[in-house]
Order: sequence, then structure tokens, then C-alpha cells
Amino acid sequence: MNGPGNPTRSVRPATAVRLVAQRELNTRLRTRGFLIGTAVILVVMVGYLLLQASLISNADRTTVGLTGQAAAVAEPVRENAKQLGVDVEVVRVGDQQDGRSQVESGDLDVLVSGNAANLRALVKSDLDQQVHALLNEISRQEVLNAKLVEVGADPAEVMGEVAAAQVQVNSLEPADPEEGQRVVIAMVMMFLLYMSIATYGSLVAQGIVEEKASRVVEILLSTVRPWHLLLGKVIGLGLVGLTQLFVLGAAGLAMASATGVLTVSGVATKTLLWGLLWYLLGFFLYATVFAGAGSLVSRQEDMQTVLAPITIVLIVGFVTGIAVLQMPDSTTTTVLSLLPPLSPILMPSRIATGAAGLPEIAAALVLTLATIAALTWLGGRVYHTAVLRTGTRIRLKDALRG
Amino acid sequence: MPDRTLEIDDVSKRYGDVVALDSVSFDVRPGELFGFVGSNGAGKTTAMRIALGVVSMDSGEVRFDGQAVTHETRTRIGYMPEERGLYPKMKVLDQLVYLAQLHGMTANEAHRSAETWIGRLELTERRTDEVQKLSLGNQQRVQLAAALVHDPAVLVLDEPFSGLDPIAVDVMSDVLREKAAAGVPVIFSSHQLDLVERLCDRIGIIRSGRIVACGTVADLTAGAATRLTVTAPEAPPGWAAGIPGVRVLSESGGDTVVELAAEAGDQAVLTAALATGPVHEFSRHRPSLTQLFRSAVGEGATQ
Ligand SMILES: Nc1ncnc2c1ncn2[C@@H]1O[C@H](COP(=O)(O)OP(=O)(O)OP(=O)(O)O)[C@@H](O)[C@H]1O
Ligand SMILES: [Mg+2]
Repeated sequence: MNGPGNPTRSVRPATAVRLVAQRELNTRLRTRGFLIGTAVILVVMVGYLLLQASLISNADRTTVGLTGQAAAVAEPVRENAKQLGVDVEVVRVGDQQDGRSQVESGDLDVLVSGNAANLRALVKSDLDQQVHALLNEISRQEVLNAKLVEVGADPAEVMGEVAAAQVQVNSLEPADPEEGQRVVIAMVMMFLLYMSIATYGSLVAQGIVEEKASRVVEILLSTVRPWHLLLGKVIGLGLVGLTQLFVLGAAGLAMASATGVLTVSGVATKTLLWGLLWYLLGFFLYATVFAGAGSLVSRQEDMQTVLAPITIVLIVGFVTGIAVLQMPDSTTTTVLSLLPPLSPILMPSRIATGAAGLPEIAAALVLTLATIAALTWLGGRVYHTAVLRTGTRIRLKDALRG
Repeated sequence: MPDRTLEIDDVSKRYGDVVALDSVSFDVRPGELFGFVGSNGAGKTTAMRIALGVVSMDSGEVRFDGQAVTHETRTRIGYMPEERGLYPKMKVLDQLVYLAQLHGMTANEAHRSAETWIGRLELTERRTDEVQKLSLGNQQRVQLAAALVHDPAVLVLDEPFSGLDPIAVDVMSDVLREKAAAGVPVIFSSHQLDLVERLCDRIGIIRSGRIVACGTVADLTAGAATRLTVTAPEAPPGWAAGIPGVRVLSESGGDTVVELAAEAGDQAVLTAALATGPVHEFSRHRPSLTQLFRSAVGEGATQ
């Protein structure tokens, strides 16, 4: 032990920040709450992924039941469906009655009966247009075949020529077969970002209020500078959040790929990496604002009031984000995702859907970094003046004046 | 000034219209226990907070070892704030280790020192309990350990004795004496004046932000009026009233308490008492700190 008054002993700023951050990591990461929370979110997330995946893969599939003579068209239906790119599943149904009840229950989308030239379709409410056209086509072909035979032509030859005559389509923007998955990934990422930033931002505020309420801050500040205490807390909680996000992202990705829900693990991995970066940016953008707000009050009960404005901005970002996913290319969306308070939530999902170009991403990064610098200065200033004033709630104006 | 003295030099502080400190100056020398007394709201806590840098001063300077106190010096002060504060959900040992490290100890030193103080303050059984689960008195012991755990060069304790049982008061007194004996300047505030009188080498009395008296108990009482207690059963009422320089404080049964002005002699009182008949007791005593405090604080109030 050093003798009293040993003059060489002093704490370097980096050491102070590290110690504070380490305490946050130790007290948060090791708790049961953290583990349970992470597990619950993981379950919810995987459930959502599975649900979305089954919705997307089954949404366009039409189950066609064939009964009686119509059974003969099974092959033409399958072939035409393949040519048209329609997802059709063909099943044989024993009798009309059985088929009818299956349509009612939704197991069958359409029950086809009658002979090939005169098909009858039974549906619950209305028939998918493509399937409708497909069935029409089969009937017409059947009639056409009969007429061709009548005029003495070879139906196979004629039909071969007819089939060869096709419009050549050149698309400017080829449809992305992975779009559905991209939207799901974007949605999950956006939810995780919103949740992480809101949760760990509030934890920063809560920790500060706890220190004020228990008065331990007076002892701390007699040896640690306010800036170091604030920075250590923000870094510590930021790392806890990053750990959680990484665990959730990696586990979700692994499970989704393993179960075959996601076939685009490249996109998903890229999204996760972007997500982690944007989480850090978003967290640092909001953390000092949360800290400044938290330092204005001395009791946990008063905290929600001062945090409400910040939380509302985050919720607006999240809600906008859901709309953004419907039209990630629109101008409104682009502008919104460039606004620094919203960028951390909106940008990653636009990147995931493939809508954001590199210049946009770069611009959003620069704007966000500038905002982080400004808000950190502001939040730090408020914290600095407000943290030692206990008692009544401090007005923001007074705290800014110092 | 000798080495390692804590000097409060001409410090003033206002809160709006309230003058909390008005040119306060005093010093706490190494190896000395300094008692800081004053009524509620006199400015004790404000002065200590300023020394620790948690409140800013309007003017003046706080020095240690001849140098203005900086952030680096403050890490070597042990501080017990008036409003006790520890992390309620942190374990006693973890908390002390953390605070020791924040004051510049290595992890090993911090552990060793925390264990030492936990043993010393009889907290061994509670060392892995959360602080919030401890009784108030035990929390206070942890608070003292928190002030001592980094082996401070200066001790500043705001009302360290409040809320302690007599055993804990003894433990606290021993620790403070021992620290002072090791050459650490120790200042503490208290409203328990008998304790302050018993323990302290020097005392500062503050009233409405001004130091009204500062020195050893002997110094402070030397100039003050002496008291005599006389037991003379046959003395008639008012027997002492006529003696020059004597003020009668109380008279009941045969017991009379009088106060002597500085120039008055006690023998005149004894002669007068003997003139009334037998005298069973004649004792002279210096005023206690409590009396001194009353007069120092009271006088000012009427001025
Ligand atoms: N944060 C503050 N804002 C406004 N006035 C304050 C503040 N802190 C202290 N004061 C005022 O400063 C004066 C000195 O208060 P201080 O707490 O130093 O007294 P004290 O001697 O410690 O009293 P006590 O024995 O009750 O602890 C009081 O008049 C008090 O009202
Ligand atoms: Mg006080």
C-alpha cells in the first residue's frame, strides 16, 4: 500500500473511463435480466422470421384440385404454369363433394371439374387472375387442337410454332427474386436497431438518475471528472448493447440459414454488419442526449417525463421505417433517411433493401457524425452543470446556461 | 505553513441572495484532528464541498501542501459527504474496490485495502451483501471505509458520527485518531460537541458563513469567563450578588453557580461564602465547548 500522501498516485483519464465502463459491463452483462431479455427477443425475432418466410413463400402459391375428367389437364396445367412463372400445385381430388369442402376450408384455392374443353372452376370468392388465364388457355388449346385436327393440320406442329412466337421483354430494372427476403431482413434489422438504441439510451439516463438519487455521484465526482464519468458510462452501456445486438444478429442469421428460411445469407450478413455500425452511431447520437435529460432529474419517477421527447423521436423513426420499407426508393424516404436523428434506424433498412446508393450512405454517415459531435457537446454540457444539483427538476435552459 | 497542511484561504460562496461562506479562512495541519462546528445552515457542508471541488467557490483558494488543490490532489482526499451515497445494488466489497481503483489504486492494492478496512470496521460478514440490505449504521461504516480505502492523504468528513451507536462511535474515533497520528490532516463536522471537545486538537466555529472562533479548546476557553460552583448551605439568597465582577447564574438550595469576569478573583467569592457559614464545596471549572459554542453563536445573533 502507498503511504499517505504518496504524490505519484493519480488516475489517468483513460483509466478512469475504463473503470467506469467496466463497472457498467460487469453490472449489466452478468445479470439474469440481460440473459433472459436477450433470449426472449431472440425467440420473438426467429418466430417473426419463420412467419414472414412462410407467408412469403406460400402467398403466391395456388393449389388447384382436379376432379373427374379434369384430371386429364394436370400435366398441361403444370407445364403452362411453369412457362408463365406461376406457382401452382396440382392435386387430385376424389369427388366434387370432397373438393367443395376443401375449397371452403381453404385447403384448395380452386377446384376444377368438367372436361378439358369445358372446364368449370369452383373458388371460395374469386379466382387468381393468372390461374384464371391459365385455365382459359388450356380450354382454348383443347378447342383449338380439335379444330386443327378438323382442318387436317398437325396440332403439335402448329402449337409448337405458336408457342415459339413470344414477346421479347427487356426490363430496365430486373425484378429481384430476393426482394421478399430483403424486406424481412430490413424489417428485423430496423426493429433491433430501434429497440437497442431506445433500451440502452434509457439505461444511460436511468444509471445517471440512480447515481443522483443515491448521491453516490458526489463521491464519484470528488475523484472522477464529469466528462470521464459520462464517457465511461456511455461506452460501457454501448458495448453491452453492441454485444446483445451481435448475439441476436448472429444467432438469428444462423438459425434462419440453418432452417432454410433465408437463402440470401450474403445480404443478411452485410445488413448485420451495417446494422452494427449504425447501432454504434445511433447509440452515440442518442446516448448523451439521454444522459443530459436524465441528469435534469433526481428521482426515477420524474425520469419518464424528461425522456419522453427523445423516445418520441425514436418511435417516429421506427414508424416511418415501416412505411419506408414499402417504398424504399421514393424521394420522401431518401430525404427522411438522411435526417441524422432518423438515419440510424432508416438507413440500414434501406441498405438492406438495396435502395440506398453509396453517395447517400456516405452523406448520411457524415451528417450523423457531425450531429453526434454537436449533441455530445450539448448533452455533456447539460450533464456537467446538472449532475450535482439534486432536488427539484432542473430546467433545460438553466442547465445550458451553466 | 508546514508541509501537508490543508488551507482554506478567504473562500466565499453565495447561493443567490444567501451568503453561504463569507471570507472563510482556516487550516488543518498534518496530524491534527480539526472539529468544524456551527449551527444548521452555518456553512460547514458548503466549505467541505468546496474543498472537494464538487461545489465551485466564488473567490478564494483551497491549498494542500502549499499548492492549490487540483483534480489530481483531490483523488488523494478521503471524503464522506453529508448525504451518504453508495451504489445501493452494489456489493460492499465490489464497491470499495471500485472506489479505491477510481482513486488510483491498482486492482491488487484496492482488493487488499478493501479487505483490510472491511475487517477493521467489522463488516466481514456483510462483505458480499448489497449495500441497500445493510442497516443504516452499517451503511455508515461502509461509507467510512469508502473514505479511507484509498489510503488518503487528507480526510474530510461531514458529520461522520451521526447515526452511529456508541461502539461505532468508538471505532470511528479510534480510526480518526490513528489517521491523524499517521500525519494526515483530518477535518470533520459534528453537532456532538462533547465528542468534538474530547477528540479534537483544534476547533473552528462557523456562524452564518463566517469563522467566529478557531483554535484549541484551551485557547478558546482561556479568555472566556470562568465558573465557580459554591455549596454553602447556610448562605442567604443573594449572598454573592454584591461581589464586584461576579454574575450569579443560578442559586438553588445551598448551591450557587457564578460566573467570574476575567479580572475578578475567585478568592473574594470564597471569603464571602465563608462569611455566611460552612462551605462544603468550592470548585472552579472552565466552560465546556457547548457553553463556548452557545456564547459564540448567541452573541453574534444579538449583534
Ligand atoms: N444548493 C444550494 N442552493 C441554495 N442554497 C444552498 C445550497 N446549499 C446550501 N445552501 C445554503 O447555504 C447555507 C449553508 O448551508 P450548509 O449546507 O453549508 O450548512 P451546514 O453548516 O452544513 O448545515 P447543517 O448543520 O444543517 O448541515 C444555508 O443557508 C443553505 O440554505
Ligand atoms: Mg451540513
